[in-house]
Amino acid sequence: MNPPIVEMKNVSFAYSGQPVLQDVSINVQPGDFIALIGPNGGGKTTLLKLILGLLKPNRGTIRVMGEATQKASHHIGYVPQNVNINQNFPITAMDVVMMGKLEPGRRWKRPTASDREDAMAAIDRMEMAPFAGRRIADLSGGQRQRIFIARALVTKPQLLLLDEPTASIDTKGQTDFYKLLKELNKDITILVVSHDLLVISTYAKSMACMNRRLHYHNHNEITGDMLKSMYACTVEEVCPVELIAQGSHSSRAANE
Amino acid sequence: MIEAMQFEFMRNALMAGLLASIICGIMGTFVVVNRIVFLSGGIAHAAYGGIGLAFYFGWPFLLGTIGFSLASAMLMAAITLTAKHRADSIIGVIWALGMAFGIILMDLTPGYNVDLMSYLFGSILSVPRSDLWIMAGLGLLITALVALYYQNLLAMSYDEEFAKIRGVPVKTLYFLLIGMLAVAIVLVIQVVGLILVIALLTIPPLIMEKYVKSLFQMMIGSSIAGSLFTIIGLWLSYTCNLTSGASIIMVSGIAYFISLPVNRIFMISKNGYKPDAGKIEKISSRSL
Repeated sequence: MNPPIVEMKNVSFAYSGQPVLQDVSINVQPGDFIALIGPNGGGKTTLLKLILGLLKPNRGTIRVMGEATQKASHHIGYVPQNVNINQNFPITAMDVVMMGKLEPGRRWKRPTASDREDAMAAIDRMEMAPFAGRRIADLSGGQRQRIFIARALVTKPQLLLLDEPTASIDTKGQTDFYKLLKELNKDITILVVSHDLLVISTYAKSMACMNRRLHYHNHNEITGDMLKSMYACTVEEVCPVELIAQGSHSSRAANE
Repeated sequence: MIEAMQFEFMRNALMAGLLASIICGIMGTFVVVNRIVFLSGGIAHAAYGGIGLAFYFGWPFLLGTIGFSLASAMLMAAITLTAKHRADSIIGVIWALGMAFGIILMDLTPGYNVDLMSYLFGSILSVPRSDLWIMAGLGLLITALVALYYQNLLAMSYDEEFAKIRGVPVKTLYFLLIGMLAVAIVLVIQVVGLILVIALLTIPPLIMEKYVKSLFQMMIGSSIAGSLFTIIGLWLSYTCNLTSGASIIMVSGIAYFISLPVNRIFMISKNGYKPDAGKIEKISSRSL
């Protein structure tokens, strides 16, 4: 069996004394497509940032592709949740995607023509080619999101981390987007934060529920057991009721 | 204006203004997009502590001032990185403390008193030729450093987290940026005063921000706009017998307020909608 892409052992993390992650262990196997769910403030984004090496755990160890997180971070494509930061920044969509071409080894080099071709291909894949030369400020929220996904794809990642990537994409766009993720999943391991349980049951291979503690389920069907384990994923409180309700509802829809 | 150019002090003033405009156009672009205007103000004011130190101990002026400003700038940069949510307050403390420290050292220095006004508004009409050379050299150094690290500075300014993931040494680069800023501010202050530095750092990039597609265009545009304001301001100051630094700032400020409605018309004619329309769209899509 291949070594895991991400290996987390007994990781704990706290923001100024407030525990966010407690004793979290997970092995992400190559080729997996994990949907990460959990209530707001449950530590989902923190988990992604720990894997990226942007945060350091208080306790426990994280290895990415057998290396320390900061060394391996350039193997990871990351689509952050908040794409509205610096909205007025004078930059074109193309130049945002070109940032994905920065690499530790070739930091000072000028971008080449083939870099631009790669970036254009990634933009085209997200059907944003006509907008490549536009200022990022002139794009809508959904269009900006697609550009950020293109920026993650152009890094040729081994692992793709997406933090609620479809939050500002319309319904058709969401279906297309998850189809694209499924296709990408042939070569790339994917970990996506999502609240859409229908999407999870259709596209994801496995599920993880994060609420200070992490529970990993190696299947994507939403069954009675699943719901039970979702209750179990809480420390003091259960996952929000609406999520459960939505879950049982969409599982029915998915089974039909 | 042309007759005014007969005087060497006017020629020097114009050169100093243009050099300051270019330096501030480049650094100001980073100041505006990284939202560190307040930090720049802190560096400029705390520099007074360095001036006091240089006079009290009889050190060479530039050495004392740049040394002190670099130290206080690095302290402020470190605070911005570690305690983001309190950074502005702590910068305020260093701002005031640096200035008070400088004034007290001046008091303690026997027989010498520097006019505070000339420090605030500078003395662009009495710039010696040697200072022009120092500014030109500094301008070249800054341009070279920015050209070398352009891609990395851009990535850091736009999305710090993503830059970190791509292996950009964000912390080192941030200290480099603040260091360059401190040196630039001190040298330009000496010539045009700290109020004019803040004006030239912020107003031209702020006007250009909406019309440009890259940081590079923003730097070029800001340098040109700043130069234009400097020329008009100097001309006004010569013909109407006004304080030169204040005239340049007034011209820049008026240009900024004229640019606001002009920008609105520009946006509507370009996109067919008002600049704020995007906000409404976003709220409605979230509520769905």
